[in-house]
Amino acid sequence: MTDPSQVSRVDPLGGLTRRRLLTGLGAVAGLAAGRRWAPRWGGAAQAATSAPIKIGFQAHRTGIGAAYGRWYERVTHAAVKFINAGGGIAGRPVELITEDDGTDPKRGAEVVEKMATQHHVDVTFGTLFSHVVVGSAPRAGELKMPYFVVSEGYHVASTKLNRYVFQPGITDVRSQVMSMAPWVSNHLGKKVTMIFPDYAFGHDHRDFFATAMAAHGGEVIEKIAIPPTERSFAKYLPKIPRQTDVLYHVMVGPGVLTFVKELGEFFGSKHPEIFGFIDSLEAVDIATPGLEFLEGSYFWEAHPRYMSADAPESETFYRDAVGVNHEGASVSDPKDISTYSHMFGCWETLFVLKEAIEASGYQSPTPADKQKLMEAVEAMTTFEAGREHPQGDKIFNGKLHQSFGHQYISKVEGAKLKPVHRTAIEDGLYEPAGDYTTQSF
Amino acid sequence: MDFGPYLLLAALEGLVTAAVLALTALGLSLVFGVMRIVNVAHGEFFMLGAVLAWGFTSLLTGHPALGFALAMIGSPLIVGAIAWLAERLVLRRLHYDPEATIVATIGLLYIIQQLALSVYGPEARPVTAPVTFRIQFPWFGYAGYKLLVVGVSILFLLATWFVIARTRIGLIMRATQYDRETAQAFAIPVDRVYAGVFAAGAMLAAMAAVLIVPIQQAHYLMGLDPLLLSFIVVIIGGLGSLKGTVFAALLIGMSDGMISVFFSPTLAKILATLLVALVLVYRPQGLFGEVAQ
Repeated sequence: MTDPSQVSRVDPLGGLTRRRLLTGLGAVAGLAAGRRWAPRWGGAAQAATSAPIKIGFQAHRTGIGAAYGRWYERVTHAAVKFINAGGGIAGRPVELITEDDGTDPKRGAEVVEKMATQHHVDVTFGTLFSHVVVGSAPRAGELKMPYFVVSEGYHVASTKLNRYVFQPGITDVRSQVMSMAPWVSNHLGKKVTMIFPDYAFGHDHRDFFATAMAAHGGEVIEKIAIPPTERSFAKYLPKIPRQTDVLYHVMVGPGVLTFVKELGEFFGSKHPEIFGFIDSLEAVDIATPGLEFLEGSYFWEAHPRYMSADAPESETFYRDAVGVNHEGASVSDPKDISTYSHMFGCWETLFVLKEAIEASGYQSPTPADKQKLMEAVEAMTTFEAGREHPQGDKIFNGKLHQSFGHQYISKVEGAKLKPVHRTAIEDGLYEPAGDYTTQSF
Repeated sequence: MDFGPYLLLAALEGLVTAAVLALTALGLSLVFGVMRIVNVAHGEFFMLGAVLAWGFTSLLTGHPALGFALAMIGSPLIVGAIAWLAERLVLRRLHYDPEATIVATIGLLYIIQQLALSVYGPEARPVTAPVTFRIQFPWFGYAGYKLLVVGVSILFLLATWFVIARTRIGLIMRATQYDRETAQAFAIPVDRVYAGVFAAGAMLAAMAAVLIVPIQQAHYLMGLDPLLLSFIVVIIGGLGSLKGTVFAALLIGMSDGMISVFFSPTLAKILATLLVALVLVYRPQGLFGEVAQ
């Protein structure tokens, strides 16, 4: 039996049966626009079956990843709604089956197993936190379950996971930090102190940013690792050397706001240049009291939280569909700030999946069909910017199962983030560490 | 940073940890001292205090101090009422059997935690501090509110000491702790004392949580750390000993601050746990505890 509270379904007609009306009026407007725009995918290639495509969604509903999980779920529902309104995937409606993993690696592996053995989904998708991905991926490989993560971590592209794991919707950390280093070195300073969480995700930052800085004439003079369960941060801050030009910070979990506030209390108005990953303030309002010191500092963003005046139509469309206003907050509650620089990955991954299923002629979760599907993803090379890829164009490396996109550097001005630099995709390309396509299925 | 200022910051951080920890652990110690039960759900009362503080402060607009004052009063009262109810409905029916109550309070832990998750949700939510001034030392700045936390905690600790040592209620509590049967023979309503003490223990945890929540955010999983640290503190200090609890809280809080700053936070935890083991082996009653009669 399935616990009804753990499972939510989207019916084929596109109406949400269980979730609260998460996308608000904007989504309705977006849906209407989508109907006009979307081609009738099902029309040309008549599917042999009309049974739904079942997508298992491994969500961080609870635990330390809940703020991300909430928004991943909203975006995923909005994307499924849009896909279904346009005729589904290969003429088949999409059914979403959501299970909470508690942002816990052990439960993550159990969720993957449940998706395969109880729900019989076609693919599993949506995991964010890197320790959960690393914990779940081996089980996905054993169960031969295509597993599409939206995690950022370098673990997929490291080719240390397995052939069943893909990350086509979001650029990995290694690529992100590489593309940041030249700008940081040229505009902010050469001597960098890094503060990062002491686990896989933070180590990716530490290792790859330090290397990239060195390649651009900079130097990481101190690396301050903070345990991911830490709730008090002031005691780490004296370790920041006085000669630091740039303070580089990235933090995750429920303690992020405390971390940034204590940074402000420690330094006051006299601080080195500050460059942070927006992860330190995802789902947090920049205008929160105590964060005034961030004025004039810089953040990496994957997808600018504050919409610029010259944003393309696809940006407005996406914001309407997922229920986010021009300031990056929920349209129904302006205090509910989105995880804007990560959640687009869910949207984009679902469209990659759609393209791959339609291109491969995938029918059912048989070994032969799964192989066709995964080979179709591996054969992809580019994603065009547009409604399916609102964050921008990307290139995809089938050997690494990883996509590479543009990144942004934004400056805090008037408690808002204003993009000042957009990287080229080439800035974030690196020598591949391996090749998944040489592994057997 | 030079050694002196570094030490100052470590000491300040340690002091804040120690102050809040002393309040929380005192609640646990009080419950054990009087009732002889180990309340595993103590950390969840702490968490409830923080979550309710968020609720109270978001009720009121205007100056954040108003909402905070409301939380400081309302939150411990509600947590106390919930603890009182739990005592009446669960612990009393188990006749305060030491083993059964451990299992029961573990159950209580999960019930409270999951209820908070269902009602309050999984987000970490901030509470604005009642005061926002910042103290600028020549080397670094420090939140004025954190020093306020230390001051208020000391006041609460003194008040608790006064109630226990100098009032009739305290006398009754001490009598019950000393010898339950004799106290009953002298017409002390032991049953009601137990309910009151359990509620008071939870209220101390809730007060500590209200104080800490403007520094950390309210989150449904925040009860675990204070529970573990409280256990460490009461084992080292001696279960049921007020003096020992305060002393051990200072020891653990300060050493956590210092060792974390100069070496690593993991080492601080290792040493604290090692100290617990040493105390259990060489002085099982704790540094200030008395040998059970």
